[in-house]
Amino acid sequence: MKKQWPLWEIFIRSKNGLEHRHVGSLHAADAKMAMENARDVYTRRQEGVSIWVVPSKHITASNPDESGELFEPSMDKAYRHPTFYDLPDELKHM
Amino acid sequence: MNDQQALYQYLLLLGDSPMILGHRLSELCGHGPSLETDIALTNISLDLFGQVRNYFQYAAKVQAEGKSEDDIAFLRLAHEHRNVLLTEQPNTDFAHVIGRQMFFDTFHQLLLEALRDSKDEQIAAIAHKSLKEVKYHTRFSSEWVKRLGDGTAESHRRMQDALDHLWPYAGELVQESPLEKQMKQQGIGADLEQIRPLYWERVNAILREATLEVPENSWFQAGGKKGIHTEHLGYILSDLQYMQRAYPNMSW
Repeated sequence: MKKQWPLWEIFIRSKNGLEHRHVGSLHAADAKMAMENARDVYTRRQEGVSIWVVPSKHITASNPDESGELFEPSMDKAYRHPTFYDLPDELKHM
Repeated sequence: MNDQQALYQYLLLLGDSPMILGHRLSELCGHGPSLETDIALTNISLDLFGQVRNYFQYAAKVQAEGKSEDDIAFLRLAHEHRNVLLTEQPNTDFAHVIGRQMFFDTFHQLLLEALRDSKDEQIAAIAHKSLKEVKYHTRFSSEWVKRLGDGTAESHRRMQDALDHLWPYAGELVQESPLEKQMKQQGIGADLEQIRPLYWERVNAILREATLEVPENSWFQAGGKKGIHTEHLGYILSDLQYMQRAYPNMSW
């Protein structure tokens, strides 16, 4: 028998209208326990209004060894960045 | 007892159980079986202390002797405490901690729901505010009793052991003391006669779902509400009151 509960990744939405953000991980036996643990570990200072929990084993991560071909080609393509016009001040969280 | 003294004593009765249980949970801070449950139990402890402060601040005002919530919390002797014996039971293992919590939370939620209708506006307001916290406590502890009871052979055995130990202390919560009867008649206190069947119904449903065997014994230990306690309370108080006894009037 495994000694450790499986690992879960925790995502919290800090306010309505914003996206869920990854805040960390924790151990739990199942999704229900992961949800309660997340509530206790990550929202005790009013950090959130919504929680997602995802088993860590279901995350497929990019390989750091491939970061050259994955990310560097976009470095010299400045025209893809929305930096050529001004955003109005009222527009937050961009 | 005149009305003012009775109200003061009733506020002690309401505040002492969460205070002693909160202290028991605080002993686990940094010792929880896992980081997640450690934080959860400490959160519950802090919730309870917050509620106790509300009761004792009000009690100090009712008493009108110029004392503070700290005097009430830290300078009373064992026989002046009105907490139920359940809350004094030691943190033998996680099953004992969670079983003790489940009995208290199940009762606590019903008590606060009833106290929302208290004629005493201050008590009604405290009950209203505390209820959200306590609903979560109930959810946390009852889920854990089910997990442990309906878990592995080892967790089932230990949860059953804890249940057998705690059972004689589970009835006092809903046994009406003369003080509670007096407060009920004044429309201030909760009616334990109404709470009792609901309490047993909920406890039995949780234990059934947890596949635990409900002890048949229906004779319960009592005494806490009138100041007669188990040997544990003296040790708890010597810990809890140490700072005020060693350094009188010290403050943060």
